[in-house]
Amino acid sequence: MIGRHHWVVRVTHWVNAIALTLMVGSGLRIFNAYPAFARKGDTFCCYPWEHKAIPDALTFGGWLGGARHWHFALMWVLVINGLVYLTFIYLHGEWRDIVPRRGDARDALAMIKFYLFVTKSHPRQGKHNAMQKATYFALPVLAIAQVLTGLAIWKPVQLGWITALFGGYVWARYWHFMTMVALIVLSFVHIFMVFAVDPYSLQSMITGGYREDLSPEARNARPFYHLLPRWRNRAAQGD
Amino acid sequence: MDRRRFLSASGFSLTAAFLAACNIDRSPRAQRLLDLAEHRNEGVERSLYRHASMNRAKDTAKIAGDAFPSYFVSNTVPVWDERVRGPWALEVSGLVQAPRRFSLADLRKLPFRSQRVDHFCVEGWNAVAVWQGVRLSDVARVVGVKPEAGYVDFQSFDDDYHESWDIESAMHPQTIVAYAMDNHMLGMAHGAPARVHSPVKLGYKNTKYLTKIVFLPQRNGGYWSDQGYEWYGGV
Repeated sequence: MIGRHHWVVRVTHWVNAIALTLMVGSGLRIFNAYPAFARKGDTFCCYPWEHKAIPDALTFGGWLGGARHWHFALMWVLVINGLVYLTFIYLHGEWRDIVPRRGDARDALAMIKFYLFVTKSHPRQGKHNAMQKATYFALPVLAIAQVLTGLAIWKPVQLGWITALFGGYVWARYWHFMTMVALIVLSFVHIFMVFAVDPYSLQSMITGGYREDLSPEARNARPFYHLLPRWRNRAAQGD
Repeated sequence: MDRRRFLSASGFSLTAAFLAACNIDRSPRAQRLLDLAEHRNEGVERSLYRHASMNRAKDTAKIAGDAFPSYFVSNTVPVWDERVRGPWALEVSGLVQAPRRFSLADLRKLPFRSQRVDHFCVEGWNAVAVWQGVRLSDVARVVGVKPEAGYVDFQSFDDDYHESWDIESAMHPQTIVAYAMDNHMLGMAHGAPARVHSPVKLGYKNTKYLTKIVFLPQRNGGYWSDQGYEWYGGV
């Protein structure tokens, strides 16, 4: 058992998971008050589901005013938590595990080939494989974009320069929505892959401990292949 | 902050979030946290506020025209009936040197202001219109607002609709008493004979069917603010 995630990373991960879920729920509740992007008297090019509300079950906050209160309260949790995380991985050097570097594209291609059964052996990797790295790098980048687009539609006059940066209020609102979609998609891919490839990593995000001998590389694991501990030490054989 | 305090603080926020997730989003404890957040956010918003920040609609944006949404809280469109209520006038009072009633003609003698701006609704939509009237700051100069007036209440004849504001936003150069819209006298649906329009506040703060402007030492809630929407409602 080795220590894999520092307690700061673990705590901020779960605070983020909950805050993000509630931000999505309250955001969708707010969206439902006007589930469209077109300026009144105008049309909008790029959203085919104008005026179709999101099912209430996926929303949070009860009503528009309530959801706004939750959204504007939790945004501070999200931002402060995110700053703690980013400051920590910067000071602690963990940023090296997620910031892309030359060769990542080649490594990602190798992973895809392995997952598609083109190659037999799990590529060598560090803490994360190249596609994981890209995901864990993209998530904070998207989160920052989400904060900025959020500011742009919260204060379109007092922070009008941010709104202008995103192409005005209508587009800023659209990018705030689309960035949320991207965050949801990546989060679901992440959760799916945890259970399909490396369920043992769940423990490392709770207690911090991780068994290297059960890593996907050690099990030569693809999604839903070689999930059980008995497949450990299969890396070398490549089966 | 040491590790123990950080952990307990995060534990607290985790618990709060879990409680929220279990549909206790209307519990008194959650409500207290939300009230605190609203209070803090108002502080942040007021510190971000600048008189010089202007709302300018994009050049490419269409004027909403008939598509500009309208609403009122009475059962029927509020119409000022001169036979019953006498001639309409705007009463400006409270913490002022010289309280006064302005007829529409009086208002039209003040410097004319026309602005093509984006209107932001709390629901998320926006609509462009040209709003025309007089700056509230010009009205305030006529009556001589006292320095202790920190708030303004805008009252209407649309039932008991009113909204009170911070004085800073009320004195913004784009906050006007509008009597015309898109080069026409204000229509019945949009608050005739006059309404407040400011593109630095969300739509619901902009009282239509205006009858009284009262300068106050403290805030006086509002129709939607009292029902749980943010009191500040700035954009």
